[in-house]
Amino acid sequence: MSSRQDILGKIRSSLGAEGTSAGKRAAVEDRIKTHRRNTVPARTDRTPADLQKLFAEKVTAVHGTVATVDGMAAAPEAVLDYLRQHNLPAQVILAPDPSLDAAPWADSKLLETRRGKADPDDQVSVTSAVAAVAESGTLIATSGPDHPSTLNFLPETHIVVLPAGRIAKSYEDVWDQLRARHGAELPRTINMITGPSRSGDIEQTLTLGAHGPRRLHVIIVADA
Amino acid sequence: MNEATALDFNKNARSAVKDETLRAALQRGGAHFQGNRRAAIDTLPEFDRLRDEGRAIKDEVLENLDHYLEIFETNAQAAGGSVHWARDAAEARNIVLDICRSVDARTVNKGKTMIAEEIGLNEFLEENDIRPVETDLGEYIIQLRHERPSHIIAPAVHLTKGQVEQTFRKEHDDLDPNRSLEEPIELVAEARQVLRQKYFEAEVGITGANFLIAETGSSVIVTNEGNGDLSQILPRVHIVLASLEKVVPTLEDASTLMRLLARSATGQEMSVYTTVSTGPRRAADLDGPEQYHVILLDNGRSGMLGTEFQDMLRCIRCGACMNHCPVYQSVGGHTYGWVYVGPMGAVLTPQFVGVDTANHLPNASSFCGRCEEVCPMRIPLPKMMRHWREQAFEGGQVTGIQRRALKLWAYVAQRPRLYHRLARLPVGVLRRLAGRRGRLRSLPMGTAWTAHRDFPAPQGKTFQEQWAAQGGRTA
Repeated sequence: MSSRQDILGKIRSSLGAEGTSAGKRAAVEDRIKTHRRNTVPARTDRTPADLQKLFAEKVTAVHGTVATVDGMAAAPEAVLDYLRQHNLPAQVILAPDPSLDAAPWADSKLLETRRGKADPDDQVSVTSAVAAVAESGTLIATSGPDHPSTLNFLPETHIVVLPAGRIAKSYEDVWDQLRARHGAELPRTINMITGPSRSGDIEQTLTLGAHGPRRLHVIIVADA
Repeated sequence: MNEATALDFNKNARSAVKDETLRAALQRGGAHFQGNRRAAIDTLPEFDRLRDEGRAIKDEVLENLDHYLEIFETNAQAAGGSVHWARDAAEARNIVLDICRSVDARTVNKGKTMIAEEIGLNEFLEENDIRPVETDLGEYIIQLRHERPSHIIAPAVHLTKGQVEQTFRKEHDDLDPNRSLEEPIELVAEARQVLRQKYFEAEVGITGANFLIAETGSSVIVTNEGNGDLSQILPRVHIVLASLEKVVPTLEDASTLMRLLARSATGQEMSVYTTVSTGPRRAADLDGPEQYHVILLDNGRSGMLGTEFQDMLRCIRCGACMNHCPVYQSVGGHTYGWVYVGPMGAVLTPQFVGVDTANHLPNASSFCGRCEEVCPMRIPLPKMMRHWREQAFEGGQVTGIQRRALKLWAYVAQRPRLYHRLARLPVGVLRRLAGRRGRLRSLPMGTAWTAHRDFPAPQGKTFQEQWAAQGGRTA
């Protein structure tokens, strides 16, 4: 008997459910298909403007930073501002994401950009995020040719350019969006990112930048 | 391999309570985790409702586990992943080895996985000339020290920064011996630098799974460091080690459990990185693993279904029970002598290594009930420890003296008059012996107590006497 048959057989005999039970299977499949929501915290029941405020508060609470700009045109300057403030080199690896194309990256004489996946030597990455969750200040990034996952982890500084309209209330709202966009098959990786990397493994002392980015900066782009 | 030393619990405990460094580390850890959890829960009024829902999700999955696993398998395969079934630890180890050999792997990076500890994976890989590299900071530290994790989410909670410094100076001997390494930030930076190089050397990355999602065939990991992510997106092959009960129906259900997990574990609202992985990289992707394997480990879990231990399979491995356990907080994780520690370990370890080897663990409890009180999945841990005690009694694990004492107690306890008379007797005797000081320096049958402190003699009358004197009315 294969391990698979053996294990499934043991489960069925422990549950007293020998033989296939079509009724149970149908109930389980139905349960999955309905995507039933459990309790979603009420803290996100607020207007879009308030939602953005909550998102920014939550990001700040987990040691991320937030800036707001009026439109995509102002994004490169906001990136440069941040790099200057932290004495970082004005060289960034930019996600090959068409939604970032609206910003005039090439016009800036000071900012050097390259597009693609992250290399070990890249210090700063700039990406977008397909969504964000106000409930916990979480950014949602999905892998694809437009957003290699290494951009979220290898550089020491991760800057996220986020259109304000992408701030959702809850994880559940984001799952519905992703299902609508991708159908049955999700992207290879969905990264839910809540603040910069950290470790408390040594005497529970909070230390940022354990393996992933030390700094996480979100530039919220107000709706045009 | 992965031998249990749970039989030595009493000996281990005796030396642990005398270890001042350990006690200081445990005290710091306990206060930290308890305070953070409380603060996180106080800001989420829905927390208790989420606990009820979380319990219901897991209960429904367990009742239909065969169906959920089959659906998970179908969807994981549809996304290009491979699913392997392992009856026991040996089978799981061999599946990992076969995959490693198929790509000529010399180095394997590991995100934190308790299942790898359960199956003794590191030693096995080393015996087969494959180098496992732990990437979670705490796991990395204890790997260097050849120790076991002493806590399921904070593996190095028993160590001070001075001990970590010593270990790094010894093991990273190619670095400048005069470097400063006193502060956690310096230690973290050094581990980051050393491990960064190793990430690019590994052919295979192994992670655990906090959840498997039946709907999408995905695995989910939760980390704060980002090591689990680098371990799975840089190597060519990603292997997920998961036990059967990790499966949940949908992303919505996983979301509910996530809201419970981080708050109960570290007091965070969300861990920094929650990652949903589905299959290998897609044709147009610029990075990610070329192969994605999920190993579904049984190792006795199927036999827990339908028994008094089924509820234990709801456990989401947050560690709240040990963070709040007075026994764990006094003796630390290593005393438990196997992979799983604290109250959850006291229930799980006898399951894996046998109650004959681990009989001490379900007895290492004051039954104060805090573990059950804080468990996000409302697992009745004390009740299950009692089940193990009963099984140990029935299986002849209890000594003759204990048996006779229990029989005697049962006889007396069923006869109220006799019980009251016998309860009154020692109260009077002890009071007379204690004299005016009211304390006894030694007790004939209580030297375990009086070796360390005086025994205070009972004061006043017994409860029954007072009750009778008041004519059965409250004062």
